Amino acid sequence: MSVWDDLVGQERAVEQLTTAAVAARAVVAAGRGAPTGPGSGSAMTHAWLFTGPPGAGQATAARAFAAALQCTSPDLDLGGTPGCGFCDGCHTVLAGSHADVKTVRNDGLSIPVRDMRELVLRASSYPTGGRWSAILLDDAHRLTEQAANALLKGVEEPSPRTVWLLCAPSVQDVLPTIRSRCRLLVLRTPPTAAVADMLVRRDGVDPALADLAARASQGDLDRARRLAVDEQVRSRRADVLRIPLEVADVGGCLTAAQRLVDTAKQDAEQLAGTRDAKETDDLKAAYGASEGLGGRAPRGMAGAIKELEKRQKSRATRTRRETLGVALGELLGFYRDVLALQLGSTGELANEDQRPALQRVAAAGPPESTLRRMEAVLACRTALDRNVDPLLAVEAMTLALRAG
Amino acid sequence: MARKSAPDDLLAPLTLAVGQEELLLDRAVAQVVAAARAADPDTDVRDLAPGALQPGTLAELTTPSLFAERKVVVVRAAQDLAADTVKDVKAYIAAPADEVVLVLVHAGGAKGKGLLDAARKAGAREVACPKMAKAGERLAFVKGEFRTAGRSASEEACRALLDSIGSDLRELAAAVGQLAADTDGPIDEAVIARYYSGRAEATGFEVADLAVTGRTAEALERLRWALAVGQPPTGITYALASGVRSIGRLATAGRGMRPADLARELGMPPWKVDRVRQQMRGWTGDGVATALTAIAAADEAVKGGSDDPAYALERAVVTVSRAARSGRNH
Ligand SMILES: [Zn+2]
Repeated sequence: MSVWDDLVGQERAVEQLTTAAVAARAVVAAGRGAPTGPGSGSAMTHAWLFTGPPGAGQATAARAFAAALQCTSPDLDLGGTPGCGFCDGCHTVLAGSHADVKTVRNDGLSIPVRDMRELVLRASSYPTGGRWSAILLDDAHRLTEQAANALLKGVEEPSPRTVWLLCAPSVQDVLPTIRSRCRLLVLRTPPTAAVADMLVRRDGVDPALADLAARASQGDLDRARRLAVDEQVRSRRADVLRIPLEVADVGGCLTAAQRLVDTAKQDAEQLAGTRDAKETDDLKAAYGASEGLGGRAPRGMAGAIKELEKRQKSRATRTRRETLGVALGELLGFYRDVLALQLGSTGELANEDQRPALQRVAAAGPPESTLRRMEAVLACRTALDRNVDPLLAVEAMTLALRAG
Repeated sequence: MARKSAPDDLLAPLTLAVGQEELLLDRAVAQVVAAARAADPDTDVRDLAPGALQPGTLAELTTPSLFAERKVVVVRAAQDLAADTVKDVKAYIAAPADEVVLVLVHAGGAKGKGLLDAARKAGAREVACPKMAKAGERLAFVKGEFRTAGRSASEEACRALLDSIGSDLRELAAAVGQLAADTDGPIDEAVIARYYSGRAEATGFEVADLAVTGRTAEALERLRWALAVGQPPTGITYALASGVRSIGRLATAGRGMRPADLARELGMPPWKVDRVRQQMRGWTGDGVATALTAIAAADEAVKGGSDDPAYALERAVVTVSRAARSGRNH
C-alpha cells in the first residue's frame, strides 16, 4: 500500500511526483527552501497545477503528493520512496488532519476573496512539522477575479517552504499569470481495464458490473464508482439512453426533454436540501458568540446569510446544469457508439450493454445523420452554458435528434 | 405686413410647424389635413418628403386647376430647401393661391432662417413643436393627452405612467390612447400599476397567442408594444415556447382520451386544452420542431446580449407564425 493507490492508470504522474517528493526531502535535509518557478531545473517546485479529464483524479493526485511531502517513514533513510501510506505523516494528510496541509474543498461555491487573502497569509507561515506547508486548492478555475489576484500574490512571492497545489480541468481554465508560475502535471484518461480493476479491488464490485461502469464512465473515476455502487445512478443512465429510441415523434421528444429537465431539477434540490441548511446553521453558529442577548441577530449576520444564500442559489443552477451535462455526455457517448457501428469500427463501445439499441439506431440512418445528432447535443451544451432556458434548450435538442 | 392668422384658423393659407418634436410636427400637419377634409372631402393632399420640392414644383402644384378643388401642400424639412426653391416659396407666400393651404414643417434653428422670417412676416399661423426636454413638460403633455382623450387622470397616475414608459412622446401618446380605450372611469395610480405591472406576462402571452395562430403582422405589432412598455425579452421567449410546446403535446397526446384525463396528462386546465385545440389547426410536427428551435435561438440571442434582441425576437415570431400555417397548404 502507498499514498498513490487511489490514482488509477497514472503511472507517469506518480513517477514524476515521487521524484519531486524525493527532491523535496533533500531540500528539507539541506535546510533550504523550494526552488521557484516551473523552469527551476529541480524536480521540486513551489507551485503545481494538476489538470486532466473530468474524474481522472486531480485532487487525489494532489493530496497524495501532499502526503508524500509529509512522509516520515523510517524506510526513507534506507532508500525508500516517500509516500508509504502507513506513517503518521502520510496517514494524517490522507485523513485531512495534518497541521501543515490545508485543503480548500470544492463544495461548489466560489472562494470569497477574504478567505483567499487569509489563505495566502497562512501559507507564508513556517510549517510546524518542519517540512512543507501545503495548500491544496480544488477547482482553482472557480475563483473570482479578486480571489485569483490574491492567489497570484501567494504564488508570485512564495515562502521558502510553502507549496501550492492547484487543481483545474484544463490549463486554459486558469489565469495565464497564475499558470505560468506553476509546474504542470497532466493526468491522462485512465484505461477501462484499470478502472474496472479498481472497482473490483477497492469497492468489491462484481466484475461484470465493474466492466460496464468502467466503460460507460469513459474514464471518469467518480462517475464509474457511482454507476457501480448506486442503483439510482444506473437507472438515470438507462433513462437517458432510452431517449434515442423515444424521439420518433414530436410528443416523444417533448416528453423526453421534460423528463430530463425535471430529473436535473430534482437532483439539484436533493443536493441543496442536504447542504444548504447545514451551511446556514454553521454560519449562524460562527456568529453565535453573542447569541442569547435579547434574541437580536448579531451584527453582520443578516448580510452574511444573504450572501451565502446568493451563492447557494447559483450553486443550485450549476448543479442542475452539471446533471444535464452528464446526461448530454451520455447521449454523445451513445451516438459515438452508433457512429462506430455505422463505420464498421472494431474498437470497444462505451455502451456495450446497449448494443441492441445501438444497432437499431445505426441501421436506421446514414453516418451523416449521426454526426448531425452529435452536433445537436453539443449545441445544447453551448446553449445551456449561455443560460438558455434549460427546457427550451433540451427540447430543441431532442427535436433535432428526431428529424431525418 | 399681412394680418397674422389666428392659431385656431386651421385653414389659414400658410401654417408653420416649427420645432423638432416629431410627434407634434406630425400632429400639426394631421390637424390641417383633417380640417381641410372636413371642409371638403375631395381635398387633394400633397405631402412632400424632404427634398421632393424642386424649383418650379410649387408653382405647378398651386396653379388653380379646372375643378378648383381644395389642396393641402405639405413641405417637410423646409429648413433644408435649396436656395432656388426657397426663392419660389417666398414668392408664393407673398401671393398665396386661393383654396390652397401650405404647411411648412421647419426645424426652427439657424438653418433656413430666412424662409422662417419671411413666412412669419407674411402672417403665417404658427404651431410650436419644441422638444420636451424637461420632466415637467412631459408631465403637462401626458395630462393634455388624457384631457384630449376626454379622460380624467390623477397627477400621480400621470407620473406613474411617465415612470413606466419613459420620455418618448410617441410611446406616451400611444400608452394614453391604449389606456383610454381599455379602461373605464377615472384613471388613478392603481390603474396604471395594474395595467403595467400585470402587463409583463400578459403581453408575452398575447404575442404568443397571435403567433401560434399564424397572425404574423398582429403578433409583430404586439411584440413591439410589449418591448416598448419594457417587457423583458426572456418573458416573451418563455411565452412563445410554452405556446408552441402546448400545441406539440396536445397534438401527440393519446387520442380518444377523456377531456379531464387529457388535461391532467398535459398539466393544463380543461379550458386551456380547448383553446390549444383551436390553435392547433395548421400545425405539423416539423412546424413544432422548427418553431421551438427558432425560439431557443432567440432565447440564446437575448441572453447572450445580442446587438439587437428585438430583431432576434421578431425572427422567432415570424418563424412561429409561419410554422402555424405549415399544414394548411397541403
Ligand atoms: Zn509515509
